[in-house]
Amino acid sequence: MPSLGADMDAGTLVEWHVGPGTVVKRGDVVALVETDKGIVEVEIWESGTIDAVLVAPGTKVPVGTVLATTRADGAPTPATAAPPAVLNPPVSPAAPHAEVRASPAAKQLAREQGIDVTKLHGTGPHDTVTRADVERAVGATATGAPATSPEHERMQAPPPPAAAAERPSGIDTAGMRRAIAAAMARSKREIPHYYLSADIDLAATIAWLEGDNARRPVTERILLAALLLKATASAIREVPEINGHFVDGVFRPSSAAHLGVAISLRQGGLIAPAIHDVQDKSVAEVQIALRDLVARTRVGRLRSSEMSDPTLTVTNLGDQGVESVFGVIYPPQVALVGFGRVVERPWASGGMLGVRPIVTATLSADHRVSDGHRGGVFLAAVNRLLQRPEEL
Amino acid sequence: MSTINRDAVRQTILDALSSVAPEADLASLDPKAALRETLDLDSMDFLNFVIALHKALGTDVPERDYAKLATLESCVEYLVTHGR
Repeated sequence: MPSLGADMDAGTLVEWHVGPGTVVKRGDVVALVETDKGIVEVEIWESGTIDAVLVAPGTKVPVGTVLATTRADGAPTPATAAPPAVLNPPVSPAAPHAEVRASPAAKQLAREQGIDVTKLHGTGPHDTVTRADVERAVGATATGAPATSPEHERMQAPPPPAAAAERPSGIDTAGMRRAIAAAMARSKREIPHYYLSADIDLAATIAWLEGDNARRPVTERILLAALLLKATASAIREVPEINGHFVDGVFRPSSAAHLGVAISLRQGGLIAPAIHDVQDKSVAEVQIALRDLVARTRVGRLRSSEMSDPTLTVTNLGDQGVESVFGVIYPPQVALVGFGRVVERPWASGGMLGVRPIVTATLSADHRVSDGHRGGVFLAAVNRLLQRPEEL
Repeated sequence: MSTINRDAVRQTILDALSSVAPEADLASLDPKAALRETLDLDSMDFLNFVIALHKALGTDVPERDYAKLATLESCVEYLVTHGR
């Protein structure tokens, strides 16, 4: 069971995509795991042949439990980086599970209405069954009284074994709230934060973006957020001490910019999965990755690698109208970059006063690793890079 | 434009909204309510909504027309007028 973030200590295996004898290669999705943050697709880290599957669907196991073993060159090796000694007895009994791609709301409604979501055709991203699909099915079948099973009852008492396989596969908002609380309390306890902010004139950036987007088909249109992410990834080349992990008293910088993107969930809570290697992606590729990430977050289809390894988180509360955000660093990361809403402001430049679109960029950083001067160099680099968007 | 076509466009819009806001209760959506605020759509959700409309109807809504997609009612109006 991989750790999908510093705040996770156990997960429930939902279903296997492989069995003994399946040939897998590094990066393949081998299983679905349910966490406080929803369903996560677990990727395998080595190529080979699945030797044995050790954890049955429906079983909740601690982080570190070996889920399966793979065979490479004939010798059995653990498929996940964990000693077999960690293997714990199952917390709940196994129950086979049909492949279901459905949003949390769709599953809840389907449960209430007695609809089998596995029988529905999904119209959402990746053929996910949406609430609308279930509503259509409800209308079509006109089933009788809904079998009500309020969410809060399930959370107050552990589900009986028979119900274990039918637990909601969506996001456990109470569990997520606890997880956020634990991670943020640890952050404020251990990390001496310092905070910086800089206002950035986006006139050139936005003019370029609007001109470029007018030539692009809707499917390739780029959002400002993609430019901000790309500028952040480029700027950390100049200030590498804000990108990486602080583990066991030592800062381990990362050469790759795996940028965690904070995405607020409408049902409550927050998730910050990573876009990998933003430094090597074009702005158009960052846009595609970001769009895909947001869409999959909405239906609860994130991958384990996206959950476990962001090296720096970027939060953009501009859509909510917030002008500046000073974030709390997500351990073991050492910084958090924030962008607020783009607002038109009076702006003096070259002895002239004009009205410009301005964004406030902020940095919360770990004083154990960097100082305010270096943080300031980073924000200045972000500003400089955004003035030449065509070069990003 | 016939009523049937208008209803089909409305259903397409609701399907597109459902794909970006799967947890939303669209049955109770006020046709005059501002979509972005009511459904809490961020700019990426809204782009995914516009792309879903493009996939279903073939209409490529330019950025300058996004304001015309403010409500369910105005979306129907815009897409019926600009549909190809």
